[in-house]
Amino acid sequence: MCSTCGCGGHAALISGRAMRREPRATPLTYRPAEAAPASAELAESRVVEVERDLLARNDTQAAANRAWLSARGIFALNLVSSPGSGKTTLLVRSIEQLAGRLPVSVIEGDQQTEFDAERIRATGAPAVQINTGRGCHLDARMVAQALERLAPPHDSLLFIENVGNLVCPAAFDLGEAHKVVVLSVTEGEDKPLKYPDMFRAADLMILNKCDLLPYVEFDAERAEAYARRINPKLQVLRLSATNGAGMPDWLDWLLAGAARAHSAG
Amino acid sequence: MHELSLAENVLQLITDAARNEGFSRVKTVQLEIGQLACVEPEALAFAFESVARGSLAESARLEIISTPGLGRCADCGQTVAMAVLYGLCPACGSAALQIVAGDRMRVKELEVE
Repeated sequence: MCSTCGCGGHAALISGRAMRREPRATPLTYRPAEAAPASAELAESRVVEVERDLLARNDTQAAANRAWLSARGIFALNLVSSPGSGKTTLLVRSIEQLAGRLPVSVIEGDQQTEFDAERIRATGAPAVQINTGRGCHLDARMVAQALERLAPPHDSLLFIENVGNLVCPAAFDLGEAHKVVVLSVTEGEDKPLKYPDMFRAADLMILNKCDLLPYVEFDAERAEAYARRINPKLQVLRLSATNGAGMPDWLDWLLAGAARAHSAG
Repeated sequence: MHELSLAENVLQLITDAARNEGFSRVKTVQLEIGQLACVEPEALAFAFESVARGSLAESARLEIISTPGLGRCADCGQTVAMAVLYGLCPACGSAALQIVAGDRMRVKELEVE
């Protein structure tokens, strides 16, 4: 389904290939009732209880992804942010610095292009690109199919880089251990208040591009305070993927999480 | 625009119910959307209209029950009304409010024939 006008042009691609269609439960045609009523007016209405969550299907698939990952000791992170916060650069630098210590693979989500997956592959790490077409977020089904192609090794780290969007990805559990929200200092420090769903859904906030703090009007203390107002348990790390400041703490955080996933797997 | 995915999920839940309960037309869809749920009810209704076209729920009436947000303050223990996610506890000023109600998005019931 096209997200712009509902025209049915579903275009999500995994590694450039069309996603498998899930069999539709019903062809959505009218079904003649057992004893068809003479006319619509005579049809008797009744009430059917459903009581199911709108995200029930996604949540079921996410739980299956989580079980799959956990059985293999894979530490999976869902990275979310606005476009341009530096997620891909952060991933590239993290992969380079983890080389020889922890195998890393990546699922990249973007509306179009393979650019980000290519940047990841240039580091030697395997990457699968999901193109969501006009879609604005990854969902658990896309990630399940990407995992089949990627086949990440046991006891490894998996980064899922979501579509750059601070709104929609908040609602969709992918089966990750944590959502990590990346906020860069070239954005507004009030973003946690403007996009509270995402900051509430995350367990860790990375304040990126901190090397630019002397040149921009960004109050890092205030950004952290706003984020903790939305999510008092949020952990925060300040770093610069470009000049490397703060990277050791982030790498320690990753290694500790991977060690926990390993012992649990 | 994730409202469109959510609308597709509503239709999927309806078609699942149609298979289990044996109905062929939906007159009313009753949804519970919490005040703190991450969906805009107006946008969801608009998206549903387009995804339901040609289905057994075409031109079904969408009834949205908006449940109020409630939070429990981790610091003073009070249960307080929460209209927004960045609210502060009116009793003690703490930001440590945990949502206890008002973040659900559910299909509650259908009027069918």
